[in-house]
This record gives sequence, C-alpha cells and structure tokens, in this order.
Amino acid sequence: MIWETIRLAVQAIFRNTMRSVLTVLGIVIGVAAVIAMVTVGEGSSSQVTADVEKLGTNIVMIMPGGMEQGPRTQSVAEAFKLKDVEAIIDQIGSVDTAAPYAQTSMTAIYGPESTTTQVVGTDNRYLDAVDWPLVMGRAFLNTEETSGRPVCIIGETVRQNLFGNTNPIGETIRLSSLTCEVVGLLEAKGASSFGTDQDDVVGLPIKTFQRRISGSSDVAMIFVAVQDGKSTDRVMGEIKALMRERRRISEGEEDDFTVMDMKQIAEMLSGITDVLTGLLSAVAAVSLLVGGIGIMNIMLVSVTERTREIGIRLAVGAQSSQVLMQFLVEAIVLSVIGGLIGIILGLVLAIFASNMMAIPFAPNPAVVGGAFLFSAVVGVVFGYFPARRAARLDPIEALRHQ
Amino acid sequence: MAGEAPLIEFRKVTKIYGQGEAEVRALDGASFTIKTGEFVAIMGPSGSGKSTAMNLIGCLDRPSSGEYLFHGVPVASLDRNQRALLRRNYLGFVFQGYNLLARRSALENVELPLIYKGIGRAERKQRAFEALSKVGLKGREHHTPSELSGGQQQRVAIARALIANPDVILADEPTGNLDTKMSREIMQLLCDLNDNEGMTIIMVTHEEDMAEYAHRLIWMVDGKVERDGKPSGGGGKR
Ligand SMILES: Nc1ncnc2c1ncn2[C@@H]1O[C@H](COP(=O)(O)OP(=O)(O)OP(=O)(O)O)[C@@H](O)[C@H]1O
Ligand SMILES: [Mg+2]
Repeated sequence: MIWETIRLAVQAIFRNTMRSVLTVLGIVIGVAAVIAMVTVGEGSSSQVTADVEKLGTNIVMIMPGGMEQGPRTQSVAEAFKLKDVEAIIDQIGSVDTAAPYAQTSMTAIYGPESTTTQVVGTDNRYLDAVDWPLVMGRAFLNTEETSGRPVCIIGETVRQNLFGNTNPIGETIRLSSLTCEVVGLLEAKGASSFGTDQDDVVGLPIKTFQRRISGSSDVAMIFVAVQDGKSTDRVMGEIKALMRERRRISEGEEDDFTVMDMKQIAEMLSGITDVLTGLLSAVAAVSLLVGGIGIMNIMLVSVTERTREIGIRLAVGAQSSQVLMQFLVEAIVLSVIGGLIGIILGLVLAIFASNMMAIPFAPNPAVVGGAFLFSAVVGVVFGYFPARRAARLDPIEALRHQ
Repeated sequence: MAGEAPLIEFRKVTKIYGQGEAEVRALDGASFTIKTGEFVAIMGPSGSGKSTAMNLIGCLDRPSSGEYLFHGVPVASLDRNQRALLRRNYLGFVFQGYNLLARRSALENVELPLIYKGIGRAERKQRAFEALSKVGLKGREHHTPSELSGGQQQRVAIARALIANPDVILADEPTGNLDTKMSREIMQLLCDLNDNEGMTIIMVTHEEDMAEYAHRLIWMVDGKVERDGKPSGGGGKR
C-alpha cells in the first residue's frame, strides 16, 4: 500500500512537471546553500588545522594582555622586552629556541616601484622556529642583529612586486626613512588559510625595527619552539610561572599576558569559521522554511484542483486516512526530491568553491543526511495541512465540484 | 449483520438542501425496503430525488431526518471511516455523470476500488482486464476517458462498480448514453450479476424498457415514493 501511495505521488508530481520544479525550488536552494556552506566551512577548518600543523605543533606564542580581560588590556599590559626572550631560553628546559616578534604595515619602495607590506622585526631564531628556509642570499649576521644594522630579508611577493624576477640580493629598498639592504629571499609559502599572503613580508633585525620603525624597545610577541617530543603544555606552564615572576604578579591575581600553543590557535580560528558557517546556515535554513511554505501553497492549490478526484476515491471506499496519506506522501516526495537535488547541487557548488579557495573538499555525511531528513520533515510539516483538508472533504460535495 | 433484517430500509427519509427561501426537499419522507438479491428500478421525473436517494443508499450522504438501515444497522450511527469501509466492501457505484478519473486509463479507473481493498498489483490488473472485457471494452484498456465515447465511459464506470464483487450495485442511469443494442447487453450483464452472483441491483432509469429487466419498480415524485410494485410489463424481460 505504501509503495502504491508513493507511485501515485510520483505520478502526480510528474504530471505537472513545470509546477513541481517551481514548487521545490525553495527547498533546492535552501538545502544547496546549507550543504555548500557547511562543506566549505568544514573544508576551511580542516585547512586551518593543516596549516597550523605545518607551521609546527611545537610552537608556543606569548602576548601581553590577559585572555580573560579581552584584547583591550593588550595595550594596558606591560609589553615584553628582549630580556624576556633571553630569560625563556636560559631558564626553561625543553625549549629549542625563542624569538621576538613585532610587526607593522608599511610601504616599501624600490626605484619607481612601491608596495604595501608587512614589516616584521625579529631575528634568525624565528626562521628556525617556524622552519622557514631562505632560497637566496643569507640570514642576518650576528653583528647585524646585535647592532641593529639596516638589512632585510624579503618574501617572494615583495620580490615580485619590487624586483620582478630579477635578483634582489644586494639591492636597497626604502621603508619610510629607513634605507636597508636586501640580504636574503625567503622560500615562497603561499596563502595562509585566511587568504593572507604570508610571502608579503619584509623581515628586519628586531633591534633595527625597534630603533628605526617602532621607536620603542617593546616586543609584541614571543615565539617559542619546544623541543621535539616534549609536551607544549608543560612548557607553557613553566613559561607562565616565569613570566608571572618576572612581571611581579602576586598570587591570586590574573595573568596580564597570554600563552598559547598552535593547537589553541587552531581551535580559535576554526571556532571563528564555525560561527560564520553557523550564521550563514541559519540564513539558508530560513530559505528552507520559505520553500516549505511554497510546498504548502501548491499542495493547497492541488487539493482544490483535484477535489473531484478525491470525491471519486472516497466514493469507491478510500478512507480519510488514505486520502491524507496520499497527499502527505506527495508533499514528502516533492520535498525529498527537492532535498536530493539540493544536496547534489550543494556538493557541486562546494567542489567548485573548494577548488577556488584551494581548501580540501570535505563533505560531511551527517550534514548531508541531516539535510535530507530535514527536507522530509519540511514535507511532513507543510504537507499536513493541505492533506488534512483533502481528507476532510465531504464525498458528495467533492463529487459535485467542477 | 445477518439475521432477518432487510438489506436496505428507508424509514421516512427526508433530505433537505439549502436553507430558508432556497430550501429544496430532494427527498420528502421516502420509505421502502429492499431485500438481498432484488433487482429494483427507480423511475420518476427529473428532480424527483432519485440520485439523492442513491447517494443516501450509497452512504455518501446522510439523511436530514428519518432513518436509513443497512443490514439493520442505522447508517447515521456509523462514523466517516465506517461508512468508507461499508462503501468499499458492500457497494459499487455507477454515477450518473460517470465520475471517472480524467487523466487515468480505463484500466486504472477500473482497478481503483481494488487498491483500497489492498489487493496486489498483478491481481488488480488481471481483474480489471476481465471486468473491462465483460463490459465489451477489450482493447480499450489504456485509453483515457477523453479518448472514449460517452457510452464507453459509462461502461468503464460499470466495470469499476462491479470489479470488487459488491453486495449491491447502485447504478444511476447506467444506459443513459448507450444505444439500444449496448443497453441490452449492459442490462443482460446486470441481470447475470443479479442471477448468478446474487448481487442486489438498484438502478435509476428513465426508460420503461430498461425497467422491464427489474423485479420491481419504485416510482418517485417530488421526493416521495408514489408507486412501488411490479414494472408495468410485469418484469417480462427477465
Ligand atoms: N447539492 C444540492 N444542493 C441543492 N439542491 C440539490 C442538491 N442536490 C440535488 N438538489 C435538488 O434536489 C432535487 C432532487 O435532485 P436529484 O438529483 O435527486 O434528482 P433526480 O431525480 O436524480 O433527477 P434527474 O433525473 O434529472 O437525475 C432537485 O430539485 C435538485 O435540484
Ligand atoms: Mg439523477
């Protein structure tokens, strides 16, 4: 009997193909949007995780400003100094190396060419820590680092923008009032998971940066590389204790700095994508709702048009519940077909988007299954009212209907 | 449902359509009983309430007042679903206006009652083919009503009414659109069902000729039973 009902529903749907297509459009768009959104969202999350892993799971970052008090405190909290970097290296075991890090956005000029780029003050230990090799020239010399010489290492994008494909080593570029010599070229890394170009960078010795660019001895961030196989959690705990002591934070007071490892950063970043995905999916869900109302509308029209048919069925012995089932199943089949088309369309869209954004295509079976179920539920909910109307028709009135 | 109770009993049945000024007494205190195995013709002028009586007998509608007993059971006491089951299991309709599903083939129209009886596809098809050939529509199984003549549509309606082997066939002018030869064949078919299968036949007709096939004639005027007895020719056509 149920197969009979489904067969009947499919027949009824294909009898008026054009109308059926328009009816399910809302469901198709809603489901496609949800599927595409979630799939791309999960793809970029897993890309973030992969990127962070590439950066090194052994990296720990230290910033001024407490996590709990919010980012506002970052400016209030006392900045780190170069001495803090040395203290970490000297006093904490299991640390491979540590490096200062400060950064600002500036225009770099070479002859007639200019480009806006990220200028970073750090030292060779940073390149070690994040495992970033040079492809041309050399790293900073010890003397250049200690005396703050005007030399720089540039990323591939800066080289492209200023020098084209010519050799930049030995040339001088201008950063505001600072003229510095290019001594090294970094290996190209490509875009990070957030589309920021990691190769759009000019690196200076931290002392040069402090003296000539920021004009203060502050260090915005400290990168610490933990020795392979050692627990970052333990090192983080030790760093916290050391920093509390150095910053004279008394017992019971909150940290005025933040220590994070890459795992936490990855979680934070994918948290952001999750929120975005959630928001967009909510919008898409609204369109599913609208699609459901569309189905209800057309089913009501269909019940009116087919009043005589309903009368005939009742006259030959159909029970109300069977008529109800007939129309309910029709609504469900309609919305499920819409759901299936939407799922396929959404996955195709996600494949395209993933390709374009260079992230992995990560379809989630649970989400696909959920969307399918949801479209069936839409059919039940919005098909019920028209179906009940059909089931309650009076047989004689229905037969008399023209 | 067994016992001595007659198959169909109308006790002062009245059916009123509309209200106030527009009130129409389609049936006005009609009483009669029909026993199992009878072949009854109902005649009367247009508007005398014949179709109304058929709809009531067929449990498609309910009396405004008076009582209708089917196998001794007051139909008024049955709910919607029970009346649907009663139609499904005991009654077969041939409507005045055929009432076929417009976009379905003859075969699909005829098998319709069997769907609701829960009979499987293969058996349904086979029985529908048989029923259609009984009414002389062999080879027309896959035509839709719009591809059939009025008489052919009427025969599809008859096939649909008899396919489920009902106890009672209610036929509202089953030969209204048929020529004399076809009419005779249909009447012969109804007589066979009556004689051989023991089906009770209740038939509305405008033609004296057709009424001669019945055992009994109920003559209606203005919603009342005016005469109830043998057809004028004594039912000589049997
Ligand atoms: N649904 C309805 N609403 C209002 N009046 C109705 C309705 N159905 C029937 N009538 C009226 O009831 C009366 C009896 O109608 P009915 O259809 O029973 O007549 P009939 O004897 O079958 O006529 P015919 O021989 O023309 O088929 C008519 O006057 C008709 O106008
Ligand atoms: Mg009539």
